[in-house]
Amino acid sequence: MAASTQEIEAGTTPLLAAGETHGSLTACISALTLQRPAGRIWPAAFTLAVLLALLLIGGIGWLLVRGVGIWGLDIPVAWGFAIANYVWWIAIGMGGTFISAALYLVRKDWRSSLSRYAEAMTVFAVSVSGIFPILHLGRPWFFYWLFPYPNIMSAWPQWRSSLEWDFFAILAYLIVSILYWYVGLIPDFATLRDRAARSAVARVYGFLALGWRGEARHWQRYETLSLLLAGLAVPLVFSVHSMVALDFSEGLLPGWHSTIFPPFFVAGALFSGFAMVLALGIPMRRWLGLEAYITERHLSNMAKMMLAVGLVVDYSYVAEIFTAFYSMDRYEVAVTLNRMFGAYAWVFWGTILFNVVLIQLLWSARVRASHTTVFLISLGVLIGMWLERFMLIVTSLYRDFMPSSWGMFYPTFWDLAFLAGSVGVFFVLFLLFVRLVPVVSMSEMRKLVHKGARAAVGAVETPP
Amino acid sequence: MSAPGLYGLLAEFESAERLVDAVARAYLEPHLAVVEAYSPFPIEGLAEALSPRANRVPLAVLLGAVAGGLGTYALEWYSAVFDYPLNIGGRPFASWPAFLPPAIEMTVLGAALAGVIAMLIGNGLPRLHHPLFGVPAFERASNDRFFLLLRPQRGDFDAHRARSFLETLAPLAISEVRT
Repeated sequence: MAASTQEIEAGTTPLLAAGETHGSLTACISALTLQRPAGRIWPAAFTLAVLLALLLIGGIGWLLVRGVGIWGLDIPVAWGFAIANYVWWIAIGMGGTFISAALYLVRKDWRSSLSRYAEAMTVFAVSVSGIFPILHLGRPWFFYWLFPYPNIMSAWPQWRSSLEWDFFAILAYLIVSILYWYVGLIPDFATLRDRAARSAVARVYGFLALGWRGEARHWQRYETLSLLLAGLAVPLVFSVHSMVALDFSEGLLPGWHSTIFPPFFVAGALFSGFAMVLALGIPMRRWLGLEAYITERHLSNMAKMMLAVGLVVDYSYVAEIFTAFYSMDRYEVAVTLNRMFGAYAWVFWGTILFNVVLIQLLWSARVRASHTTVFLISLGVLIGMWLERFMLIVTSLYRDFMPSSWGMFYPTFWDLAFLAGSVGVFFVLFLLFVRLVPVVSMSEMRKLVHKGARAAVGAVETPP
Repeated sequence: MSAPGLYGLLAEFESAERLVDAVARAYLEPHLAVVEAYSPFPIEGLAEALSPRANRVPLAVLLGAVAGGLGTYALEWYSAVFDYPLNIGGRPFASWPAFLPPAIEMTVLGAALAGVIAMLIGNGLPRLHHPLFGVPAFERASNDRFFLLLRPQRGDFDAHRARSFLETLAPLAISEVRT
């Protein structure tokens, strides 16, 4: 199984081991959920995640009592951590959809083993991201006022506001990504139903499988739907993160009011999403023993994709700085100089370090072959992308047009608690997913097994 | 000569190729019975080899997209022009470019919802119980086995002829499916 670096780079290493059959694949993947091999890592990680999640729940309780003032928000910086966290999380979700849907449309077989957990990551990241704008409303219990419904106030939402667009974007994205994930899960739930030893377990998975039997014409409709959903999901990724960017571009602040923002944000979203797929995949593959399905070639391909989209992000940084100076708008220039040399300069240079400098290591095939290094670079990218959002939000707000309205932002304990707590909630969901749902799509992988078997037969029949 | 309570006859195969071959041969038998094929993953060409039934998923996706997009745009237009006109800085009430983003998002949502619903309705799901689940061997239809089901069309089902035909296919096993 030890493939040389050259083979991995050439993309000629097989995606599946030669002896893999339908039976061995099903047995291996479904055992992860049905037998749940014991280990110490899962309980430890789950406990930690639950503690962090409890911190978030406590924080939300305190926020409902005291209001958003428990965060370090004030005028002029009224958009601190909450919006940075929101953009960071929803961006992470984008990468999962992109890997699953875009690579499906271009028929890249190596997506098959990555799609399931990437989609799960999307659903959880988008769910976590939605918490922040709602809490940031100030009176979160009225968040449904964003929804157009007949009401006794005879009021309608303001359709010209990008914040309203954003509400529709998140709503559509959350529901579509859940549907996309669930439709992919139906045949796998049927497998678990048929293999469960205990009838209670079989009932639960049977309920979730909706009675799936795998009839040929059922598969035909299912395949049509999968293709159409993938085709819908790709433009959705681009549109949703463009809407997030429009929250900023529609504002008149220097550093925000820019047409580059939608594509720049989409690139950043894919960048952090790929980083999260790698940061989750590398440890998961090792602890669950998925080396046969998530191979060296998968990790190398993912690292290359992260580097490629990272370079687009880096180009956007250059374009943004160039545009600011080229415009000769004194406020744009001032904001750019403030970002680089002002009070938050360390955030800017931290972003550059993680998102521009460190990813250049991925040009080397030897670095890409080292899982620890790729894992650490991915974590760096996640930190770097968070810093970038913090930089975009805070450095545009803390010094705007009037020196009389300048002011600093300092995070409070609760700011940090909400960030850590959101990571906790994400991992509670992800760790439950690892235990309860097949982490690799069995029905997708069976197509690869089938293809492999046919290729082997063909090779025997037609000697060179 | 349909046996009472017989839902159909189920033949088990060990490979996708054998199932495709069996379906092709079942179609050569004139009006044998309703043929259904079950597999753990989609097999290219198998659905086309069976009697084609309408696949309305693409149409549903189109209708869902149109309903979601036009419906949202109409709601925006009605609320901003008729029910709740607000003059802010002299902007036109019907600000169509600003109405597009929510309409686009709802287009995608409507398309996806309609597609999933059409797939489920077309496949007769959810249906938690089915006579096939009574056959123990059918458990492997979601794992590594491939099944051909012959089922009476309108009561006139010669179980003996159907069974002897299935035997010519040399399946791993033939089971009776009871209603």
